[in-house]
Amino acid sequence: MKRIGVFVCHCGINIAETVDVKRVAEEAMKMEGVAYAQDYIYMCSEPGQTLVREKIVEEKLDAVIIAACSPNLHESTFRAAAEEAGLNPWQCEIANIREQCSWVHTDREKATSKAIHIVATIVQKTKLNESLEPIPVSITKKALVIGGGIAGIQAALDIADSGHKVILVEKESSIGGHMAQLSETFPTLDCSQCILTPKMVAAGKHPNIELMTYSQVDEVSGYVGNFKVRIRQKAAFVDWSKCNGCGLCMEKCPAKVSSVFDRELAKHGAIYVPFPQAVPNKPVIDKDSCIYFKSGKCRLCEKVCEIGAIDFEQEDRFIEEEVGAIITATGFDTLPVVDLAEYGAGEVPDVIDGLAFERLLSASGPTVGEVRRPSDGMVPKEIVFVQCAGSRDPERYKPYCSKICCMYTTKHALLYKHRVHDGQPYIFYIDIRTGGKGYEEFYHNAEEEEGIIYLRGKVAKIFRDGDKTVVWGTDTLTGRNIEIAADLVVLATAVVPKDSTAELVKKLRIQTGPNGFLAEAHPKLRPVESINSGFFIAGAAQGPKDIPETVSQASAAACKVISLFSRDHLEQDPAIAWVDEDLCGGCRICISVCPYDAREFDEEKGIVIVNEALCEGCGSCVAACACGATQQRNLSDSQIKSMVTASLGGV
Amino acid sequence: MSKPKVALYWAASCGGCEIAVLDIGDRILPLTEAVDIVFWPCAIDIKYDEVRAMEDDEIDLCLFNGAIRNSENEEMAKLLRQKSKLLVAYGSCAYEGCIPGLANLKTRKEILRRNYIEIPSMDNPDGIYPQTRTEVPEGILELPELYDTVYTLDQVVDVDYYVPGCPPVADQTWAVLEAVLEGNLPEKGSVVGAGTKIVCDDCPLEKKETKISRFFRPHEIIPEPDICLLEQGIYCAGIGTRAGCEALCPSVGMPCRGCYGPPPEVFDQGAKIVSALGSIIDSEDPDEVDRIMEQIPCPAGLFYRFSLPHSILRRKTTDDYKD
Repeated sequence: MKRIGVFVCHCGINIAETVDVKRVAEEAMKMEGVAYAQDYIYMCSEPGQTLVREKIVEEKLDAVIIAACSPNLHESTFRAAAEEAGLNPWQCEIANIREQCSWVHTDREKATSKAIHIVATIVQKTKLNESLEPIPVSITKKALVIGGGIAGIQAALDIADSGHKVILVEKESSIGGHMAQLSETFPTLDCSQCILTPKMVAAGKHPNIELMTYSQVDEVSGYVGNFKVRIRQKAAFVDWSKCNGCGLCMEKCPAKVSSVFDRELAKHGAIYVPFPQAVPNKPVIDKDSCIYFKSGKCRLCEKVCEIGAIDFEQEDRFIEEEVGAIITATGFDTLPVVDLAEYGAGEVPDVIDGLAFERLLSASGPTVGEVRRPSDGMVPKEIVFVQCAGSRDPERYKPYCSKICCMYTTKHALLYKHRVHDGQPYIFYIDIRTGGKGYEEFYHNAEEEEGIIYLRGKVAKIFRDGDKTVVWGTDTLTGRNIEIAADLVVLATAVVPKDSTAELVKKLRIQTGPNGFLAEAHPKLRPVESINSGFFIAGAAQGPKDIPETVSQASAAACKVISLFSRDHLEQDPAIAWVDEDLCGGCRICISVCPYDAREFDEEKGIVIVNEALCEGCGSCVAACACGATQQRNLSDSQIKSMVTASLGGV
Repeated sequence: MSKPKVALYWAASCGGCEIAVLDIGDRILPLTEAVDIVFWPCAIDIKYDEVRAMEDDEIDLCLFNGAIRNSENEEMAKLLRQKSKLLVAYGSCAYEGCIPGLANLKTRKEILRRNYIEIPSMDNPDGIYPQTRTEVPEGILELPELYDTVYTLDQVVDVDYYVPGCPPVADQTWAVLEAVLEGNLPEKGSVVGAGTKIVCDDCPLEKKETKISRFFRPHEIIPEPDICLLEQGIYCAGIGTRAGCEALCPSVGMPCRGCYGPPPEVFDQGAKIVSALGSIIDSEDPDEVDRIMEQIPCPAGLFYRFSLPHSILRRKTTDDYKD
């Protein structure tokens, strides 16, 4: 019989106020297998840990139970303490009598009785705990960054600067992402392109960064430290190794295609680079718009290309790579204007979204920075900006706040005033949120000095009347209905996850939250990690955020990768699933349920085996195994049965 | 040396286990050569009082089939325990409760009401229920008392070994008899005459990965031959049922019903199978999952067909539990 020690923490008054900790220790002492029990005011303090270590030696304990807070907080603390005193760390268990007891109850008598039951339950588990050793796993010190926006660029640069190789995969032909579309950035009004392009160039030239644009992740297998990825590089129909970026092909191309980068406010040829500062500065042919691909005639680009870089025979290329960590930084989209029926559903030409307005403001945009409306090119004299277009509207659209719109709308109104001095901007808002360094000052200046009219209320309807775009809204501060016959309306449409994110997360086997943004392992303490080891997340793919926050998160994710790569090998938690070969009947149900592909059928033995490096210990297979051959180490069916019995008051 | 004395008894069961003993075929002859059958109400004319007159432990081996459903079953279980060196729970009823055990989904009151009042073929205008004691001119007639709960044999007496199956297959029965005759017995409390793996291990059908988007009852589909029945949406209990039958049912295209009971490390066969099926329902949408599960008309009867009294559930409790 094991000799178990039970250490009951007061946690100041956090536990002791509601639970009679002395009685818990006394009752624990009576439990079968418990050789020692004591309470102490702060078990996690140095004297508390010392007590645990000393008693392990003095009382010749084989296992210890710390009755305290959640194992999420101090399990590692006490396992380390137990190990210092010579115990196997897996012989240390936590009985959570704080979050699951004292904090949620007020009746001292009942809470004490529950705490005793919790301890009794963990005693049953501990009796059957095996000593385990961590599983060593090798590591490929090369990272994959998915998404070449500012988040992906920053993360790739940070990892590359630490001396590790990085593959930066971008879906479009150039890196840069949405930041490349912006004119100026709030609250400092520095030019977005001017601060972004040096980073794009650095990423393009970095010896440790392998840039793979016009590419998408096709397949991912493996596990932390040892991923295998298959990347599909789409056919550009241009041999980039030959192309010198002279641009003649683009000049001569007779096709006219709406520019996605310019939010369809301008057109480019079927062979194009999305914007002049593109990295790499290499064109691609849009097969769906190319006259040759559609009709079999043209090939004008081929004729003008002196170096023969055009290659109509090119096919998609698949590249296999091995990496040790993956950062997903796939960014965001905005809710399409067509989705907003009450705002004209995209049918009113002078209703545009914030990114389109960025292009109108941009010095490199279709109007070279002059604010001209799409319908007739007129300089608008009155502009209505509508915030929360699709955000904070749980009934019809998105329940969340898109976070960046308050600031960029103020920036838009301000930049418009700077360009059109006699123009009048109106901003409809629900609340103005300015939580960021210098943000409140920026807003105050705009409201007080720049003559921008802020109207608190929602816009009910937008429609076209002649060459005017009429906005009906309510000013909730005065209670009056407002009608503005505007020249242009700019919608701050909701920030949404990219459509492609849903498909990508399936390939990566990582999780998204309720609104489709990437889920972090812990909202406060593990904000840049996915639950699945080896996957990290950065930027607006995780939720709406502005540039400084995106860059910080990208650097944080990079730092996590670098820290992972600083080790010689990884240690896998051994408390995972295992298969009793004498019992497994090879029904293979566990293979279908494993979210980590950690189970495979061994033809020779006729049973299913566990890949220990892949197994995350989620227990899905244990639940699915009807024959009882699959068990979780230190959480076996017999342990659970005796724990349930103890928790119900039996022995 | 005198021949070993063997007894066989039939409590609450269908009689199939008796047939299963005969199913050993020609081997019945060497068996009767080797042993003395001292008690077998089904086959030989013998009265309970003759058993009562035996010495304690006089019987070497008693194969007891049937669940404990009434006072007579219990009395005989206790008597045979007292008179037998080895008491074997033979067949699913004695081991786990089996089909009679499904009565635990109802109360005695409900069962009697259904059988003596409600069923259409019943003509009982005075609403008379069976009595344990009835006075007739000749004296008092006594009938055993029907219990509210069906028990397994080991819930009323100490049991030495268990032979699963509804019924146990002949070869396994013979193997158990041989083992007893040779004194080649495992640890007390063991399941004998069965394997340690599951039915799937012996099943010849091809298994791939299983996801279920619709359940079919056996009469609703003609299954593809050679392919795992569960993968085709036919509920097959093979994944959670102890091997030993050589996968008789699935080998001929009928799903395993689970009669060989839980595998060695499983203590609740129904719960384990429900847990497994819950893992492979091919939908994330709770409403669709409900729709798929509704295709199983009686989950308790299906998943606990053989094991309800022996399971953690044991019986349904209701407000009018006691009559």
